[in-house]
Amino acid sequence: MKKIFTFVVLILISFNFNNKAFSIEADVFVQSTVNRAAKTLGGGLTKVERIEKLKEIAKDTVDITGIGFYSLGKHRKNLSKEQLENYKIVFEAYFLKSFSSRLAEYSNPEIEVNSKNIINANYTIVSSTLVATDSRPEVKIEWRVYTKDPDNLLIRDLIIEGLSLARTQKEEFSSIINSNDGKIEALLKNLSDFSAK
Amino acid sequence: MKKIFTISVMSLFIFASAFAGDDGELNLSKKSKPVKDCFEPINRVTFAVNMGLDKIIFKPVAKGYRVLPSPVRAGVSNALDNLSSLVTIPNNILQGEIKKAGVNTGRFAVNTTIGVLGIFDVAEMIGFPEYEKEDYGQTLGTFGIGPGCYLVLPVIGPSTVRDTAGSFMNIMGGDPWYNASMNGNNEYLSESTYFASRVLGGIDFRAKNIDSLENLEKNSMDLYASFRSLYLQDRQQKILNSKATTETMDDGDWEEIDSQ
Repeated sequence: MKKIFTFVVLILISFNFNNKAFSIEADVFVQSTVNRAAKTLGGGLTKVERIEKLKEIAKDTVDITGIGFYSLGKHRKNLSKEQLENYKIVFEAYFLKSFSSRLAEYSNPEIEVNSKNIINANYTIVSSTLVATDSRPEVKIEWRVYTKDPDNLLIRDLIIEGLSLARTQKEEFSSIINSNDGKIEALLKNLSDFSAK
Repeated sequence: MKKIFTISVMSLFIFASAFAGDDGELNLSKKSKPVKDCFEPINRVTFAVNMGLDKIIFKPVAKGYRVLPSPVRAGVSNALDNLSSLVTIPNNILQGEIKKAGVNTGRFAVNTTIGVLGIFDVAEMIGFPEYEKEDYGQTLGTFGIGPGCYLVLPVIGPSTVRDTAGSFMNIMGGDPWYNASMNGNNEYLSESTYFASRVLGGIDFRAKNIDSLENLEKNSMDLYASFRSLYLQDRQQKILNSKATTETMDDGDWEEIDSQ
């Protein structure tokens, strides 16, 4: 009996320990993500290799599904389950291409994480600075980190000098849907065409 | 006569923008309300023309400007910022930010004299707080005037009815630099000095944003909508004078999405 009790306690302790061991603070998470990206961008890889590596980083650290749903805005509620599933697939391909090609142009960006602001249990905003170079001024970047699962933090938005990329994307998607009589198919086609470029 | 016409046009703009898309409610919400794009078809045409002009004139000029040594560009940028404080200071006062008006007046005095016409930002070096530009469009916003419809102006670019009305105030006596250059009776300043400073400001802005705009053009499926969104977000943030992202963004939509 004592042996079983000890065993159960040990399992419980190790479970708790594991939980603690894997949860990291949002600012540490952002810094480590930035370091991964910087290593990729400054590591002497070809552009194609850089893009593939950046896609891997995005899959690990960005809530692609969440951003996709957010970008649909009010149109999200009008879609069938099948349409949503289809959208998820098309959006992921679009997002990975857009994300990696945006970043692949930068060489060795230096980002300093400055502070964090816990908004609620689900969100923390991490503030950072893209250090100035000769060709561009200093840029303030904030990261909206989804913290609902402390063991699996995910980035949901980048806010550059106060301008939210997710919100910009949401308004862009809405404009495409609205100018096509509210048809989601037009957006899906645009997303697919972009990914195929 | 010209002045009366300008005043009439401006009053009409402000009146229209106070009520357009605002349901008569003049309180400025911290969360964004959608801004109506009442003239979208015309705006899209103007936007396309502006992008064409950008491609053949502004972008190549900005690229050439970027070749200049970094200290030269920094000096130009500082001098232009210094001139802009002539508009910022009255707007600080109109917004009731008397302390900021005092600080910006001090900044202008230091930079214009010790900083050689603003080329060197001596004020920053000696510990003045970070400079924040203000304009009449922002002041109208803080008075509770809604943005009105979104506009794309030829050459100038994105605006709103309220911000366009605000710009009119500059040429109606609200910008001492304009007054001194265009109406001043002196041998050093002229109309061309004023226009040169405006064009230089445009080139400086374009040069600072070459990479980000190129990136946006390459990755946008509806560039017009992206520009509109970015402009309106930027104005909202400036009007609220807020650096806290959470104050200017509606978290409601995010909260609904549970992907974990």
